[in-house]
Amino acid sequence: MARVVVDVMLKPEILDPQGQAVQRALPRLGFTGIADVRQGKRFELEVEGPVDDAALARIREAAETFLANTVIEDFTVRVEEAAK
Amino acid sequence: MSLDTVKNAEQTPDVAQPWAELGLKEDEYARIREILGRRPTGAELAMYSVMWSEHCSYKSSKVHLKQFGDKKPDSDAMLVGIGENAGVVDVGQGYAVTFKVESHNHPSYIEPYQGAATGIGGIVRDILAMGARPVAVMDPLRFGAADHPDTRRVLPGIVAGIGGYGNCLGLPNIGGEVVFDSCYQGNPLVNALCVGVMKHEDIHLAQASGAGNKVILYGARTGGDGIGGVSVLASETFDDTKPTKRPAVQVGDPFQEKLLIECTLEIFREKLVKGIQDLGGAGLSCATSELASAGSGGMRVELDTVPLRDTTLSPEEILMSESQERMCAIVEPDKVDRFLEICEKWDVIATVIGEVTDGERLEIFWHGELVVDVPPRTVAHEGPTYQRPYARPSWQDALQADAPTGERLARPTTGEGLKADLLKVAGSPNQASKSWITDQYDRYVLGNTVLSVGEDSGMIRIDEETNLGVSVATDGNGRYAKLDPYTGAQLALAEAYRNVAAGGAKPLAVSDCLNFGSPEDPDVMWQFAEATRGLADACLVLGTPVTGGNVSLYNQTGEVAIHPTPVVAVLGVIDDVTRRTPIAFTEEGQLLYLLGDTADELGGSAWSQVVHDHLGGLPPKVDLERERLLGDILIAASRDGMIDAAHDLSDGGLGQALVESCLKGGRGARIIVPEGMDPFVLLFSESAGRAVVAVPRSEELRFNDMCTARGLPATRIGVVDGESLDVQGQFTVSLAELKDAHTGVIEALLA
Amino acid sequence: MTTRVGVVTFPGSLDDRDAQRAVRLAGAEPVALWHRDKDLHQVDAVVLPGGFSYGDYLRCGAISRFSPVMETVIEQAKLGMPVLGICNGFQVLCESHLLPGALTRNDSLHFVCRDQKLRIENAGTAWTRDYSAGQEIVVPLKNGEGRFVADEHVLDELEAEGRVVARYLDVNPNGSYRDIAGITNAAGNVVGLMPHPEHAVEPLTGPTVEGLGFFTSVLKQLVNA
Repeated sequence: MARVVVDVMLKPEILDPQGQAVQRALPRLGFTGIADVRQGKRFELEVEGPVDDAALARIREAAETFLANTVIEDFTVRVEEAAK
Repeated sequence: MSLDTVKNAEQTPDVAQPWAELGLKEDEYARIREILGRRPTGAELAMYSVMWSEHCSYKSSKVHLKQFGDKKPDSDAMLVGIGENAGVVDVGQGYAVTFKVESHNHPSYIEPYQGAATGIGGIVRDILAMGARPVAVMDPLRFGAADHPDTRRVLPGIVAGIGGYGNCLGLPNIGGEVVFDSCYQGNPLVNALCVGVMKHEDIHLAQASGAGNKVILYGARTGGDGIGGVSVLASETFDDTKPTKRPAVQVGDPFQEKLLIECTLEIFREKLVKGIQDLGGAGLSCATSELASAGSGGMRVELDTVPLRDTTLSPEEILMSESQERMCAIVEPDKVDRFLEICEKWDVIATVIGEVTDGERLEIFWHGELVVDVPPRTVAHEGPTYQRPYARPSWQDALQADAPTGERLARPTTGEGLKADLLKVAGSPNQASKSWITDQYDRYVLGNTVLSVGEDSGMIRIDEETNLGVSVATDGNGRYAKLDPYTGAQLALAEAYRNVAAGGAKPLAVSDCLNFGSPEDPDVMWQFAEATRGLADACLVLGTPVTGGNVSLYNQTGEVAIHPTPVVAVLGVIDDVTRRTPIAFTEEGQLLYLLGDTADELGGSAWSQVVHDHLGGLPPKVDLERERLLGDILIAASRDGMIDAAHDLSDGGLGQALVESCLKGGRGARIIVPEGMDPFVLLFSESAGRAVVAVPRSEELRFNDMCTARGLPATRIGVVDGESLDVQGQFTVSLAELKDAHTGVIEALLA
Repeated sequence: MTTRVGVVTFPGSLDDRDAQRAVRLAGAEPVALWHRDKDLHQVDAVVLPGGFSYGDYLRCGAISRFSPVMETVIEQAKLGMPVLGICNGFQVLCESHLLPGALTRNDSLHFVCRDQKLRIENAGTAWTRDYSAGQEIVVPLKNGEGRFVADEHVLDELEAEGRVVARYLDVNPNGSYRDIAGITNAAGNVVGLMPHPEHAVEPLTGPTVEGLGFFTSVLKQLVNA
């Protein structure tokens, strides 16, 4: 079985309160030098059968209509090498 | 693109400007040129376009809204009236209460969660800006048909957004409404109400006075949120065929807002501000122009000092940005340090962005160059005014003639038939339990909630020593208003007034959210004119002034407008919250009295909708003097301990009220149909000016004497008894069966 | 001498004033503690109240756990000071490793606010000695991430050592393992509780007054100590 990873991130212009809260906390804990933090979601999809263009197109459609809220989020789709 | 400065605008008068794309009409653009004596700069054009949009300028509605001032009843309670962020009402003991209901309809359709969340955020900041601590929220909501697939998308998102934001702010959600009707398909209504409490001396106003005083922007950084959202989103209908001007959605950060609230209240406690304004629709354009317009001098702002989340934003975009969780304060120079210190304590970013001048202009600079130079009143308060044409719709007569008579709509004639219709109404989405929704809202936080979910009104204790409290109810029946907008608006007020009184509080003031279709349609404009006239007339009779509110137009898809939906919120005061009257029947043997007169009035009723999917005829008649008398009796009976439960009769009539009061208290009732009364009319009529009350036997004489002396019809209709609702001679239905019908309905629809 | 009970305010704490009221109604003196201040101001016990500290961003309680006040609270808790974490406070205690397990998103995926029936399983802790073991009470519950999870051997250990303080009855509102609503540390001075006893201390505003016992318990504990 192959794994397809969909990463969903807020679009760059959209406020990310979670990332901001984490970023503000980092220096207090001594982790300096981090200019920005944005928090996203990662979906791992285990695909039955070959991951061909058609399968990827279906996954992109799923990401666009369901996994991501494209009003405020972008997503990327990539195939992950099978775990050894 | 190079910077469009005032100097540049003077030198290049013929440059083509995108006024139409920004939603301005040609004559409006010409007027801006006339005011300035030159073409506006890009930044000025942005400001005017957003501030002259329907949403900010009320250009179609203000000629009608004027009546709320012209017909304002005399009221000792009003401390601050229409025109400020929210009205303020005196509730005694040195306390003042501010409240307001506002819409966030269009954004909530596009992005339900964030739209609804930022709706809460906005109304809470309005209340905070008056100097008050926000203490409760409520949400009147309208959705499309309950079984429509899009309702399944929109409703859970909106409910989660309201909960996500309100719960995280620590504000109890003490009530509201949920109504389903296919007329709201594609145009859900998300109205949000907030109540705030302060001492009289803490009232703050949005004005910038005193040359040399500093303008401080504090709260979140400014990003590209909802740029143009105000003019584009709220002023034009969605049209799928054209490329959308869909702007970046505003995202709310309730944590930031919570810090903003605590920080601002601490700043108020130390009396550090002269004037304050929240940033909502139209962002800095609105805040700076309104503050300067309401004050005595001018204002100078260095726009490049505004802290940004996105450093690529242009001056125009910064002025129009609707980034949430920001406030703007006017502070005397010697108090600035302390102000900034308190902000630092709460991790709130605060920046001096300008100062009040002794001139008359609002001047905005970008890296030293003048990009805005305008008379602030022309932006904020002297926008265009339209006398939109209106006319009684051609279909109105036919609609009113289609009355739900016994011949037109079959009525149940047997006990079994009555029972079946009672269960059908009680289990319809509009009348069913809303616990799936209300269970997602925190009603306990702050520890002062006296009445909330499922009650006629939400009630909050505001003083733990004296038990002084306030209550709020919101109501609005679009079906009634469709049949007759004048009466419909009055019925909305009457119901909210009755709901407040039923809880034991004295109604004091009104806030309204007027949700209508396109003002460019004369039919809709007639509905709006009629509804405002009806509401203003009724407020005068009931002595409850309108203190503020909001208008939401363009709620329509193509040619089809929503039902006219005036949502009316009434605020009341109660001297001792321990005397409040809940709706639940809890004591066996208490006597049930029906107060008021019941006529055959089924037009627009829940029964006609649920059983026959019918809308026609006339809504119930309004008798405002009767409403006031009923209110007086309910308040006196509550104060003097003559009643233990009271429930207003409205959608679904007496039948539905009995179902709710029985289920809430876990007690049944035995009902005797009064002599000569048609049992169907008794159970399903929606005649206004009525309530059902539970009277302890020891109080019966006193209660009856009071009603007789005051001339209020009071009919003994039964007794709290047993484990079922028993309408004698007609039918018996067990509480278990009622509960089964009444609960789980929303869950099943959304599953 | 009155007993002083500190209530910590983190940025985003919401039920801090409610916890203070409950402490007062129980007969103790509430003392407001600020997250940036390490000093506990001579309090005898500490309540970490409900809310959404730091917006619950990253994980509930994950950022608060590193606040200056928590350094002292953790230190004192280990020395035996009674500490009660309610809701978000429970999450902070777990993130601080004063209590085992973690609190995750409700199985319904919705925030839930309801009047919840509980059974007090352990009436021997600093915060429950005014109850009797097996007593059933109703207090409000309100959370979005209240599902108590831990691995099997931790759960078995909690059960074996009687460290389950309260369990949900009738309905498990959030999918907590073994219906666990609250737990304690081995010494019984640190208690984490998902439901909100501070909202059930007055007949006017609460479903019951059965939450007051948590606050009177600690008073008795301290007076007898």
